[in-house]
Amino acid sequence: MLYREAGDFKTSYVADSQTFPIKFDRYRYYAVLIIGFAFIPFVINDYWVNAIFLPFLIYSIAAIGLNILTGYCGQVSLGTGGFMAVGAYACYKLMTAFPEVSILIHVLLAGGITAGVGVLFGLPSLRIKGFYLAVATLAAQFFLVWLFNRVPWFYNYSASGQINAPERTMFGVPVTGPETAAWAAYLFCLVLTVFCALIARNLTRGMMGRKWMAIRDMDIAAEIIGVNPLMAKLSAFAVSSFFVGVAGALFFAVYLGAVEVGEAFGITKSFLVLFMVIIGGLGSIFGSFAGAAFLVLLPVVLKLVGVDLLGWPTDLVAHLQLIIVGALIVLFLIVEPHGLAQLWRVAKEKLRLWPFPH
Amino acid sequence: MKKMFTTLALGAALAAGPAAADLVFPDLSYRTGPYAAGGVPFSDGYQDYFALVNARDGGIGGEKARVIECETAYNTEKGVECYEATKGEGALVYQPLSTGITYQLIPKVTADGIPLHTMGYGRTSAANGKVFSNVFNYPANYWDAASAAINHLLEENGGSLDGKKITLLYHNSAYGKEPIRTLEELSKKHGFELGQIAVDHPGQEQKSQWLQIRRERPDYVIMWGWGVMNQVAIQEAANIRFPMENFIGNWWAGAEHDVTPAGEAAHGYKSLNMNRIADLPVFEDIKKHVHEAGNAAGDGSNVGSVLYTRGMYAAMLAVEAAKTAQEIHGTADINAAQMRDGMEALEMTNEKMAALGMEGIGPEFSVSCADHGGSGQAIVQQWDANEKMWKPLTDYIDSDREVIATLVAEDSAAFAAENNISERCN
Repeated sequence: MLYREAGDFKTSYVADSQTFPIKFDRYRYYAVLIIGFAFIPFVINDYWVNAIFLPFLIYSIAAIGLNILTGYCGQVSLGTGGFMAVGAYACYKLMTAFPEVSILIHVLLAGGITAGVGVLFGLPSLRIKGFYLAVATLAAQFFLVWLFNRVPWFYNYSASGQINAPERTMFGVPVTGPETAAWAAYLFCLVLTVFCALIARNLTRGMMGRKWMAIRDMDIAAEIIGVNPLMAKLSAFAVSSFFVGVAGALFFAVYLGAVEVGEAFGITKSFLVLFMVIIGGLGSIFGSFAGAAFLVLLPVVLKLVGVDLLGWPTDLVAHLQLIIVGALIVLFLIVEPHGLAQLWRVAKEKLRLWPFPH
Repeated sequence: MKKMFTTLALGAALAAGPAAADLVFPDLSYRTGPYAAGGVPFSDGYQDYFALVNARDGGIGGEKARVIECETAYNTEKGVECYEATKGEGALVYQPLSTGITYQLIPKVTADGIPLHTMGYGRTSAANGKVFSNVFNYPANYWDAASAAINHLLEENGGSLDGKKITLLYHNSAYGKEPIRTLEELSKKHGFELGQIAVDHPGQEQKSQWLQIRRERPDYVIMWGWGVMNQVAIQEAANIRFPMENFIGNWWAGAEHDVTPAGEAAHGYKSLNMNRIADLPVFEDIKKHVHEAGNAAGDGSNVGSVLYTRGMYAAMLAVEAAKTAQEIHGTADINAAQMRDGMEALEMTNEKMAALGMEGIGPEFSVSCADHGGSGQAIVQQWDANEKMWKPLTDYIDSDREVIATLVAEDSAAFAAENNISERCN
């Protein structure tokens, strides 16, 4: 009954090829946008924004980035943490060198710089693939973290090697620094997340995305039908790194405010984003959001239930959390290898036929 | 979706919270992860002391203390979550026991008006109260520690370290990098050669670092380590037969669990300490009023250990500051701003400590508007593997305040310029 095309007539090709061709789906999407932009900013407080919404939005961007590379183009990457660090340090250097330029421009430029670095580390992908490429990107992860720890120029020669985000404003409202209001940080990240998701969605639907998927499905066949693997792979690395860089910049400037590279952008971050992509669903933009929401919300929910509701000791809950998250990852890989996005797809199919399944 | 709503409901319940009129002391602890070995005893001591004050004295000035524990796993993201989750409950002071989380919280607590006490860790230049209004790091900070270690070596060498080679083995993070600037200054002043060797988080792999030490043959190794890194370093030092008495850890690298894994080989290892460890009368009280009543934090096995004592010392300083605040403001139910005033007026004397059943646990010091750093003294202790205990080698050693004051002024001025802070207390 729900999610049906019946009665939803398209009179143009544009209408037919829009992102959400089913009316019900489209209205649901508008409803989510209206709630996100017009409702949540008025009710949000510091706890909600810092514990749930900022990590969710920022990890969503990172997951979209990795999904483009791994899910759409089939190039396994373990360098996400390192690329996020590039975004963060690029943003920091830009923020401190050009304080009068808008922070939005700095974040986007940081994404651009990360794209350049991503292309550089994507070059080996032309010769190696699979596990071997994963190891090459792992090298990028360790090299980049080492670089930002080793060269004092990147952290402006501060005594501790920490970088701290100074206060920067958008339209006179601070969006970085300690005086930032919850709604301002939230809206800033939300705008960038929606922007990134729209771009990613449309890129993957267009010629570029089809080339990536052709490379993913069978690179030799793709080459024979005229896809240039050099361009396809490097563009995937560039676009992916752009998103990951934007996520890293926001992670540092808006969310944490102070960052230590080894701790914030270590190998665990690469794995976390990879888990998000796998649990959410490879090759799906919605899956990136679902995976990010799952891995951000789950620990918070477990903590709320375990510590605040049941009054269990904090260490017990922290250990249980590790067990539950690990078990769920294994469970997902066995039961639904295509992730939450596939569950959502199946649910939609079921809802179409409901309440009269064949 | 249902989960989302459950979260919403739970979160709302949490955000509303009970409007209790008690004094809230959040404990951002870590009982999991690679640093748990240090986090557990510290947190046990911290919580047990508040439980003792509640059980024995009926609270602080008649108000019960309430400790909210929140697990950070030494992770900055979780630290931020914990801070946001607990600050709405009327938190009086934060003690995150993590330099990374401290850097995160310094701007936040200043904006929210909540004091932050980073005892012997965190940002060293926060000792300058003129710039850092809400951050306190009494009784001593990292630069004091570095200087106290050098002063101890100076004394051992008859006042001169000329031509000696000292290597700093540090945790490659904000925490480990803190002493470098001071040691560089001191190396210029005293003419010793300073080597720096970094160990990456979490520090389980140090073979190459110790090979380098074996090759370079420094006269002394100073270690800025924490968590599993300490145990590994001491074991590796034993493996290359580095003389233990020439190996000095800072006060976060000098607990029982750091030396016991190496067994006999750790005999003679030295470390700094900012508080004395002894069989204090207060432990009897804790056992009687807290542990026997079944309210022990953790498993209750850590009483009297180095970090337990330090956690208890941290709680005691918080309680004394709260008492001072109650006196200043004439109300028992103080808020965070009043607590800050109490911390700024805190005075620790030997009589006060003796009356609390902790005679000589820490140095005497007083805090003022301009000076949030305390006396900056430390003792040197040595591990006796036969008796399985730390033995104090020295009384409180003064640090080189002249060198440190210049560095603190420099670093805090840079922070003030970056953040447009004008100096207070003038």
